[in-house]
Amino acid sequence: MNARSPWSEERATAVIAANRHLRGALLPMLHALQEEFGCIDEEAIPLLARELNLSRADVHGVVSFYHEFRRSRPGRHTIKVCRAEACQSMNADGLIDHIRRRLKVDFHETTADDAFSLEPVFCLGNCALAPAVMVDETLHGRVSPARFDAITASTLATEAVR
Amino acid sequence: MSEPLHTVYVPRDAAALSVGADETAAAIRAEATKRGIPLRIVRNGSRGMLWLETLVEVETPEGRVAYGPVMAEDVAGLFDAGFLEGADHALAHGLTEKIPYFAKQERLTFARCGIIDPLSVEDYRLHGGFRGLERALAMTPAEIVTEVTESGLRGRGGAGFPTGIKWNTVLNAQAEQKYICCNADEGDSGTFADRMIMEGDPFCLIEGMTIAAIAVGATEGYIYIRSEYPHAVATMREAIRLAYDEKWLGDEIHGTGHRFHLDVRVGAGAYICGEETSMLESLEGKRGTVRAKPPLPALEGLFGKPTIVNNVLSLTSVPIILDKGASYYRDFGVGRSRGTLAFQLAGNIKHGGIVEKAFGVTLHELLYEFGGGTITGRPIRAVQAGGPLGAYLPPSLFDLPKDYEAFAAVEAMVGHGGIVVFDDSVDMAKQARFAMEFCAAESCGKCTPCRIGAVRGVEVMDHIIAGEKVAANITLLNDLCEVMTDGSLCAMGGMTPIPVRSALKHFPEDFTRSPAAVAAE
Repeated sequence: MNARSPWSEERATAVIAANRHLRGALLPMLHALQEEFGCIDEEAIPLLARELNLSRADVHGVVSFYHEFRRSRPGRHTIKVCRAEACQSMNADGLIDHIRRRLKVDFHETTADDAFSLEPVFCLGNCALAPAVMVDETLHGRVSPARFDAITASTLATEAVR
Repeated sequence: MSEPLHTVYVPRDAAALSVGADETAAAIRAEATKRGIPLRIVRNGSRGMLWLETLVEVETPEGRVAYGPVMAEDVAGLFDAGFLEGADHALAHGLTEKIPYFAKQERLTFARCGIIDPLSVEDYRLHGGFRGLERALAMTPAEIVTEVTESGLRGRGGAGFPTGIKWNTVLNAQAEQKYICCNADEGDSGTFADRMIMEGDPFCLIEGMTIAAIAVGATEGYIYIRSEYPHAVATMREAIRLAYDEKWLGDEIHGTGHRFHLDVRVGAGAYICGEETSMLESLEGKRGTVRAKPPLPALEGLFGKPTIVNNVLSLTSVPIILDKGASYYRDFGVGRSRGTLAFQLAGNIKHGGIVEKAFGVTLHELLYEFGGGTITGRPIRAVQAGGPLGAYLPPSLFDLPKDYEAFAAVEAMVGHGGIVVFDDSVDMAKQARFAMEFCAAESCGKCTPCRIGAVRGVEVMDHIIAGEKVAANITLLNDLCEVMTDGSLCAMGGMTPIPVRSALKHFPEDFTRSPAAVAAE
């Protein structure tokens, strides 16, 4: 489940301060902010720039360089589907077609009910059990279209229990 | 008299979890409780026989007996059959260590992986852990570096640079601060050995890095782990905490005057950060653009200080070299490729997993004797060896021994030991296009041949695939590959032409099929 707290400057300042002691602190700060808010809010950029004595352009450059950092809030869950060679050899392309149809979204989009954000990824390190998919931080191997449907259904069912 | 306490092993490796290891462990726990059987479940790493995951092992007087793949719904039947005594069952494989896939390996780096509880310092020590470090603590820095040099160990990340020579450069550099950086940004498709050892034997990496630190006089270290590996991140962080508690890290390592502090840093989904200078930029909190070399990171690395940058498998090979001596390690292997490599069988392969063997093993042995051919049952048409920048090889080259020089001679690379298998349904023109597409997506953008070349490469491949002026476009593709090879700053742009050209060289028929011809088939 993605954390998606509404933006709070007070909270962001505290998250940034908690990582102040680290050398090369920008990436740990960005990870911590994304863990709190689900994305790197535009409002975080000047706070980080001030804290680290960087220009806002510098911070923006770092945020935009890394695929992992989002600029908008994700759905409640993030689905990462591997597009790399080992998964290709086990028809990941077919799985991806199924997922697009099933969720009615393309990569980098969020489903209409806000449940799932779909992201491509190059390798999840599960290459002997391809194709691989990660839902939030849970890794799944040997994912067939039917298994994908079961995984998303159980993700939503778990949510309902909570 | 109470029943003896049974010990059952259920892996906690991410690959095992991906096929339900947690559910299997919970089912075993529940079934044992229901039947009133006292049970100890150890969550070990993976043995590396990934097609058998979840591989459940039961401790018996004869040794550990394997059952797999065990799904939660198989558990009640296993109890009925008496698996706690090692009884026979449709999923039984006998003693784990006698399974041919495992028995035929030479496990040096992965000696403990899948055997011990990864987060037990006691278990680690019982299985020979920290012996290499204890020996290193009694040696001079120069003696440690000599030992590593004489072992013949070469960088396992892919480049194959002699580890001892790199260490010696850092040892001789004069600076008030030096660093040890472990590159755990294992982004190559088809590789998962770094992840497996970090999850299955994390203290081995801590020990290897600490030995490196003592050898060159470094006091701080970082493990840069990709964000796609949350389990490895969690296991390494917990192992580091335990190592501090037990004084294997900190200000006075094991009661000596040596100081070494270690921290985990998490990447953010950028393949290029597996390139060492790009990783250093990322560790410094910057965009992961590559640096021009020289200066070498060994002289001006992290924060401008002398830095050892080594791959996980290089560093996890160091403890056994220090423990058993350089000659023990060097006696494995062939030519200038000494020791073992953890080959990773991936993709369309029946028996995928880790095969740690001495250099010199052939692709044929790995693919058929260990791998058992494809999982789809169709013939193997191509393998990609050494990650997304590695060559596509046809069956006519499968007799090639795995050896850095033998592979280089056919314009291929051993790389990080990953082997991705494709059956005869693969379209090699599509794979060549993907190599360019991947480079376009992951290029850091610093140098033009890579940044623009990859985009042009995708366009040219699209023309070829569409059957437009194929001969002229293949000439253009070759020209483009030459520019990227000769003009790129690092291996990303410089080696993307390898999969493209090898596909073109070994599978030319896939590039000359116009849509009209395909339709006529």
